[in-house]
Amino acid sequence: MSPNNSENKTDQYRRKFLSQSAAVAGLAIAPGLVLNQVAHAKSDSDKASSANRWGILIDTNKCNKGCTDCVTACKTENGWGSVDGKASSETHSSKEQQAQWIRKVTITDKQTGHVQSLPLMCQHCETAPCVDVCPTGASMKREDGIVQVDKHICIGCRYCMMACPYKARSFIHEKLELQKATAPRGIGTVESCNMCAHRVDKDQNPACVEACTKAEHSAMIFGDLKDANSAISIELKKHGGEQIRADLGLNTGVRYQGL
Amino acid sequence: MMSLRQFAKHLVVLVGLTALPMLSTAGDLGPVPPKAKMNASDTTKCVEPIGDMRKNHMEFLKHKRDETMREGVRTKTHSLVECIDCHVTPNDKGEFARIGDDEHFCSSCHNYAAVNVDCFDCHSDLPQGAATKNPHLNKLTAGGTK
Repeated sequence: MSPNNSENKTDQYRRKFLSQSAAVAGLAIAPGLVLNQVAHAKSDSDKASSANRWGILIDTNKCNKGCTDCVTACKTENGWGSVDGKASSETHSSKEQQAQWIRKVTITDKQTGHVQSLPLMCQHCETAPCVDVCPTGASMKREDGIVQVDKHICIGCRYCMMACPYKARSFIHEKLELQKATAPRGIGTVESCNMCAHRVDKDQNPACVEACTKAEHSAMIFGDLKDANSAISIELKKHGGEQIRADLGLNTGVRYQGL
Repeated sequence: MMSLRQFAKHLVVLVGLTALPMLSTAGDLGPVPPKAKMNASDTTKCVEPIGDMRKNHMEFLKHKRDETMREGVRTKTHSLVECIDCHVTPNDKGEFARIGDDEHFCSSCHNYAAVNVDCFDCHSDLPQGAATKNPHLNKLTAGGTK
């Protein structure tokens, strides 16, 4: 055996040892990762992290035309508009002015007569025009992709309402009281869907998604777009999902199927 | 030279004069905030020492609001909702004072010091659930007297 050959053998041995130990290390890490995903828990003291990007996938074919459960759930959760036929607290505003965090939109294809129904709300853009135009920094995107208004510093200029291609935002014209503790809202500020940030921080689904699942339509899936194993990512990989006004290149967090 | 008796007389007058302003303000006890629902713990009354809270509560609230609103930190210490839940309590008749009333915890001092707060333009001035449980609410919706 030449010395050269024995060196090669040593190298082979080392390589084999390294690859085996790497496999063992891989096994050791994998259960940890799985555990992490199952627990998924964000403790109260944890900050929203850019490791996540929250999104909602809406299947318009499953969305029931007459159903407004998602809208009602949003109103109840966040305390806007009228629920159960009770008058809205915003009595001085016209219907067009009143709060509209989420609304049902019906689209009819004139050629085929095909009618579609879908919920429309803040699309939680990655490059949000409302955040771009805000002069105070009140219109903001959290690390985890949730777009919302910091009403503490909102001056009510309504530039963001002009900038939003989805007409997702509304302005409060009158003095309100007895708001929900989790959804403070008041005169002179702009508001919109915040993907129920207070629920997401507690590892719950947004109210609209929960209501849709409860009504057994299951047209909405909420989840982490950055996690390849989340239900929303798997479904998007399998069947795809469209953005409304994809031509604007906003990379929305809310996606639709069947449009 | 002043005799001892004269000195004593002067002293009495002097003491009397010094005490006068105290007597005249004895009627004004300052703000009387309502008692909180409970102590924060066995050793601490509030989440911070009371003197610290009186002086710096606005700083605590402001720091917390940015953490919660912008970063999603949901701890309860220094949260306005927790302040309201503990400090805004019903009177003997089960009625809640509203913001602006001298009986409301925040207004009891803020009215006295004439410092306006706009927290309650957006936040509820009552504990969660108080609105639905309170039969007197309709009488109180005027939003305070001041």
